[in-house]
Amino acid sequence: MLELLPALLRGLGITVQLTVLAAVLGFALAFISGLGSLSKSSIIRFVTGVYVEIFRGTSLLVQLFWMFYALPLFGIRLPGMVVGVLALGMNFGAYGSEVVRSSIIAVPRGQIEAAIALNMSPGQRLWRIILPQAWLTMIPPLGNLLIELLKGTALVSLITLADLAFQGFSLRETTGRTTEIYSLLLMIYFVLAFFITAGMRWLERRAAMGRS
Amino acid sequence: MWDWEFAFYVMPDILKAIRVTIAATLAGFALALAVGLALALLRRSAFKPLSLATIGFIEFVRSTPLLIQLFFIFYALPLSTGISFSAFQAGTIGLGFHYGTYLSEVYRSGIDAIPRGQWEAATALNFSRLRTWTKIILPQAIPPTVPVMGNYLIAMFKETPLLSAITLVEMLQTAKIIGSDCYRYLEPFTLVGIFFLLLSYPASVLVKRLEFQLKQQ
Repeated sequence: MLELLPALLRGLGITVQLTVLAAVLGFALAFISGLGSLSKSSIIRFVTGVYVEIFRGTSLLVQLFWMFYALPLFGIRLPGMVVGVLALGMNFGAYGSEVVRSSIIAVPRGQIEAAIALNMSPGQRLWRIILPQAWLTMIPPLGNLLIELLKGTALVSLITLADLAFQGFSLRETTGRTTEIYSLLLMIYFVLAFFITAGMRWLERRAAMGRS
Repeated sequence: MWDWEFAFYVMPDILKAIRVTIAATLAGFALALAVGLALALLRRSAFKPLSLATIGFIEFVRSTPLLIQLFFIFYALPLSTGISFSAFQAGTIGLGFHYGTYLSEVYRSGIDAIPRGQWEAATALNFSRLRTWTKIILPQAIPPTVPVMGNYLIAMFKETPLLSAITLVEMLQTAKIIGSDCYRYLEPFTLVGIFFLLLSYPASVLVKRLEFQLKQQ
């Protein structure tokens, strides 16, 4: 069974790359749209609302297919990797937006009032008072989202990107060892998810340092 | 670029396929409700190996991709066990177990929220275990979790396009077939996206309202 491993792991690079790049994009979008949804301007709130609802309301696989098959009709032909990162990143950014928003709201009102009383600028209030506290509540749900993202990367195999899942499918076609290949694939994803969970725990401990 | 005539021409076929999508969602969710409850109860078992095995199973299923699980059920299980499923059955089982592991956590949070006094009262009244669960614990544990379950129902609905990968002809697969027949993917895929949005957005508003009402009580 283990001799199948090297061929499978050829897709590991793509899976990890996709997860990392989409996480960076998704994280940035989650912050921007999370803050945007709390904006005073109704236009910004509307725009972020539309972004979040469209990407949460349609399915990830539909988004991937749309960007891969339908966008070229507009003359925009993107490489598979870019489509993967964009679709995954925008999808998880929309889910993350809600996480960012709710953890910012959860910061006690008194903290913001204290910051105003200390004559802090809005930027200082955000960076020094609100975000460090919101960040702690954000980490566990963001960790869960990161696992969902890792699982979501398997979908890119359906738009012909050669990730772990794709290598599994093509290896199955050449060797016919179906059960072993799918079992191995599941185990590899499980190990990857385990690393993410461990990393997020570490981050959580670090963020909680010096607090009781 | 966007061809209205073509859009209206393909719409009936896609609308017809919505039925398969919804049927798969409902069947999968019904199974997930049962699997979730079973897992939540097994996890509480006093027999340690059983509860540990359940936790392990939940963690494993939750952290591996549904797509691979579907392939496993559809292609690998028939080879190793001799039991084979239709695409719809395999899809229902995959969705049911995958989301069952999520729902088990929801049940768990509901059960954990029941005050100790309720258990003690049941014991004091000499209720059997079955009666304690069915008359005291579950009727109180489940209602507060309904909005969370609703959210998982919506999430699951949006995962049904994955079943196209195991040859189930649901909405996305229908759109793909139309696309490859007519060399036009824009309209069919856009329509599928719009239909998903049209169904899932009102549903999520409904769940939010339900959540708000429960909080008011």
